[in-house]
Amino acid sequence: MQRSFLFRTPSTLIFLGALALFTIAVTLLSDAFGAGVISTSFVKTLGKTLCLCLIAVAMDLVWGYCGILSLGHFAFFGLGGYMIGMWLMYERTKDIVTASMAQADIPPTPQEVIDAIGTQIFGVVGSSEFPLVWAFADSLFLQLALVVLVPGVLALVFGWLAFRSRVTGVYLSILTQAMTLALALYLFQNDSGLRGNNGLSGLQNLPGAGDIPQSVMSIWFLWASALALGLGYLLAAWVVSGKLGSVIRGIRDDEARVRFLGYSVEGYKLFIFVLTAVIAGIAGALYYPQAGIVNPAEIAPIASIYLAVWVAIGGRGRLYGAVIGAGFVSLISTWFTGGQAPDLPLGFYTIKWVDWWQVVLGLSFVMVTLFAPKGIGGVFDLITGQRAPERHGADLGPDKGSLQEQEALK
Amino acid sequence: MPPPPYLQASMIHRTFALIAALILMTVSALAQDSAIQSLLQTHRETIEQSSRKTIGPVITALATSGLPSAQTVLEKWQAKDMWQRKADGQFFYAEKIDSKTYELFDFETNSSVEKAAKSDLKQLKPNSGIRALIGTALVQFQLMDPDPVKRHDALISIERDPEPAHLEPLRAAIAGEQDAALLAKKQRLERLLTARYDAASEARVAAINSFADDLGVDARAMLNPLVQTKRRVVAGDVPADLNIARRLTPGGDDLTGDAAYAMLVDAGLAPAKIDAADIKTTLAANIVDGTVGGVPVAELDDMAGRDRAYAALVAGGLAQPTPTEAQIGAALSAHSFFDAYAEADPAVTQAAEQALRSIGTKVAVNQFLDLSLDAISLASIYFLAAIGLAITFGVMGVINMAHGEFIMMGAYTGYVVQQVIPDYTVSIIVAIPLAFAVTFAAGVAMERLVIRWLYNRPLETLLATFGISIALQQIAKNIFGTQARPLTSPGWLDGAWVLNDVVSISYIRIAIFVLALIFLAVFLFIMKRTRLGLETRAVTQNPRMAASMGINPDRVNMLTFGLGSGIAGVAGVAIGLFAKVTSELGSDYIVQSFMTVVVGGVGNIWGTLAGAAMIGFLQKGIEWMNPSNTLAAQTYMIVFIIIFIQFRPRGIIALRGRAAGD
Repeated sequence: MQRSFLFRTPSTLIFLGALALFTIAVTLLSDAFGAGVISTSFVKTLGKTLCLCLIAVAMDLVWGYCGILSLGHFAFFGLGGYMIGMWLMYERTKDIVTASMAQADIPPTPQEVIDAIGTQIFGVVGSSEFPLVWAFADSLFLQLALVVLVPGVLALVFGWLAFRSRVTGVYLSILTQAMTLALALYLFQNDSGLRGNNGLSGLQNLPGAGDIPQSVMSIWFLWASALALGLGYLLAAWVVSGKLGSVIRGIRDDEARVRFLGYSVEGYKLFIFVLTAVIAGIAGALYYPQAGIVNPAEIAPIASIYLAVWVAIGGRGRLYGAVIGAGFVSLISTWFTGGQAPDLPLGFYTIKWVDWWQVVLGLSFVMVTLFAPKGIGGVFDLITGQRAPERHGADLGPDKGSLQEQEALK
Repeated sequence: MPPPPYLQASMIHRTFALIAALILMTVSALAQDSAIQSLLQTHRETIEQSSRKTIGPVITALATSGLPSAQTVLEKWQAKDMWQRKADGQFFYAEKIDSKTYELFDFETNSSVEKAAKSDLKQLKPNSGIRALIGTALVQFQLMDPDPVKRHDALISIERDPEPAHLEPLRAAIAGEQDAALLAKKQRLERLLTARYDAASEARVAAINSFADDLGVDARAMLNPLVQTKRRVVAGDVPADLNIARRLTPGGDDLTGDAAYAMLVDAGLAPAKIDAADIKTTLAANIVDGTVGGVPVAELDDMAGRDRAYAALVAGGLAQPTPTEAQIGAALSAHSFFDAYAEADPAVTQAAEQALRSIGTKVAVNQFLDLSLDAISLASIYFLAAIGLAITFGVMGVINMAHGEFIMMGAYTGYVVQQVIPDYTVSIIVAIPLAFAVTFAAGVAMERLVIRWLYNRPLETLLATFGISIALQQIAKNIFGTQARPLTSPGWLDGAWVLNDVVSISYIRIAIFVLALIFLAVFLFIMKRTRLGLETRAVTQNPRMAASMGINPDRVNMLTFGLGSGIAGVAGVAIGLFAKVTSELGSDYIVQSFMTVVVGGVGNIWGTLAGAAMIGFLQKGIEWMNPSNTLAAQTYMIVFIIIFIQFRPRGIIALRGRAAGD
């Protein structure tokens, strides 16, 4: 047990290496620093995909390792985006307002500047007052702290309430979904103070960096996203590697037994839930400046379910599986729904992928659940020769998981 | 007992009318012409003059003449069909033969007099003011018209646009009314008009008091203008001749000091305060060599600097001084602020206030009743959407995220049936079993193909059925498009059951309530009284034991799941009747449906009922507190449910003992 956990989990080193190679390759092929093969918008897509991979790692930690199927992690992701978006929008608007007010005869008072920013930002929802939630919007440091704190505290309160009353399994999933729906509906209101369904926009413009072209900016964000993903992966790998990881997997497999062994199951679950919520918040804070806009539709429960889909397709219970799933499915979805995939003529009907991709995705998801519970990650098991026993047919014994007919015949 | 004052007034009026008629008769006897013609000739000059100011007596004379043809004259005159023969100045009504020739008719006999060239005639063109006067005069004839439809129309037109002048004819028309419904309507309208327009204060108060517990919208529409107030300010004390609603103290609850001073400024009784924007404008106008009043422009970026510069400008006589606090206080105390009624009679306003208060209490009670009806209907919608889940999720423990899509499939089945069968009643009758069949088949297929492999892995059932859900949604979108499809309810479900002006409920909601009750009965019957129900309960509680008793668990699971899905399909038809049918129809209900089942208590149909009732009433209650914002209502409801689950994790009605399972 003296060796560093990195050497006990070689997949982590391989993953970090691959991530570094990928980042360098994209940088060298980009518009800003290299050959210009990859367009700026595609660099942004890749950067966003890295953020999605990061939240998939968080999802894998909470679902694949701890067995909590949370359908609310995209809410934390969105909240992270909102928190950083508030600062970006405030400062950016302040730049514009100050520039336009400098033209006037009389220099503006600080209060006038703030009022003008308020009118600019909230004019779209028929207001000009800054709501209370914007109190720290002028401070980058505080908003960055909120990126971590808001999802963290929300997860802490919600998780404490839910785990305390022993809500588990599908009930917890439905409850998290309800939380997400409530949050999305709340943000959809104009008087929530976050611009209702307009959301926060113009986030791709960093304040004070007006003269840096978007091509350079996109690479910076790619680097930041890759760094966050690398650190997040490392943290997750460390969490699941030691004794903590064993307890967490134990909770997934049989919560009652772990409790009877004397572990505080609720504490462990709460820790994982809050940790992953914070990771999701950070991923969101990196994602939305690249997307340029964050609105309540992003938080809708469906997004969190898609997150579960990615992790399941990639292979849950292994961190690289989550990354592969998120990267693969989100990129291929972009390709199919972006209208780039060629139509498939069947003679009597032409399949337009824009219309039919969702169907394929939904059905392939069913297939993966039924026939390949390990997902894409299972391919690596095949390569390394690990095989699960064939377990089909009726149970021979009275309990679940007992030896089965076909096993016995072999 | 002497007649009430307003009847006395009307009697006096009638006496005058009689005298006028007598005089007219004498006139008509003298002339050789018909009575109406001579009456018109008497007023010939005024009629020719056709001025709104002078025409009044003529119209009154016509209207009160008691001549049968007076109505015809007024109608034709109003319709610009009255013509005058230039040769002798006689009045007729005319019909156009061609562009140059008109046929003249006598008012009295309605017989054709002659065909005259247009050049020999003069058309009387009353302006809109005169036509309105004629219209008012005509009301009395319409109110006594032999045709009840016309009488009804006349009442409606008075209701819509009441005038003081309507009161007399309306009173006159009550006595002869035979139709009971119209009589009631006339009497009610008479009371409304009396309350508003009668000259005698006592009559108005009596009429107002008679509305004290009346829920009609018309009563409130009549009373509200009576208590309308206008906020006013005068120098010195409050004038005694005004009907004061209340006096206001500046700085009090109803009137802030700033608002009071703004009123003074608006009334021109005090100099305006100089606000920050004015200061800025003045400063900008007085920039001299980069300084304002000796203060450099660069220092004007805070209020202290601006005040200094402005004070310097005031000192130099370049700007208006802003009134000091002391001046403002003096100005406020030198004036009286009050709300005055537009209505001058205090007795009337007091009675109206009292009547409105008592109506308000009654309206509140009825609104509560109305809200409860709304809540019940919302609860039955949730119950309908959730009852299929109560079977698949509640009884079998299978979490089916595609349940919402089964609801959608049911709704689209109804839509397709309506495309084939145009008769709405028949199509609904066909659609309900068909929707059940379609979704039953879909449910059975899904159970066979997917769910039965996942019975021990509930989280994966959730995800697999979610995959099916997005696939089904997209397929529906590809087939039916993204726009909403109408599912029209049959004609006999249109309209609403109206209890009074406050409480009403549409028939379609009643139908849904009834449908929910039927579903409850069907569910109870199947579960408690049939073989399938018995086997389902057995398989749910202990599949292995059930199998050893000769029950085939596979078959029972399949049928039960199919039943739950089929009920979802029927619910879809019902929901489609009042909601637009789109591919997202199901996902709108899925979270609420799960909430309903979970809140109520899994595995118990009464729990689902209680859950639906709780969520329905809760949502309506929150909406009532903040009616403009249904989004907020949903948000708070979900938050409430999350907290509720903390205290009763197993729902309102929790199963105990062996049936509770884990």
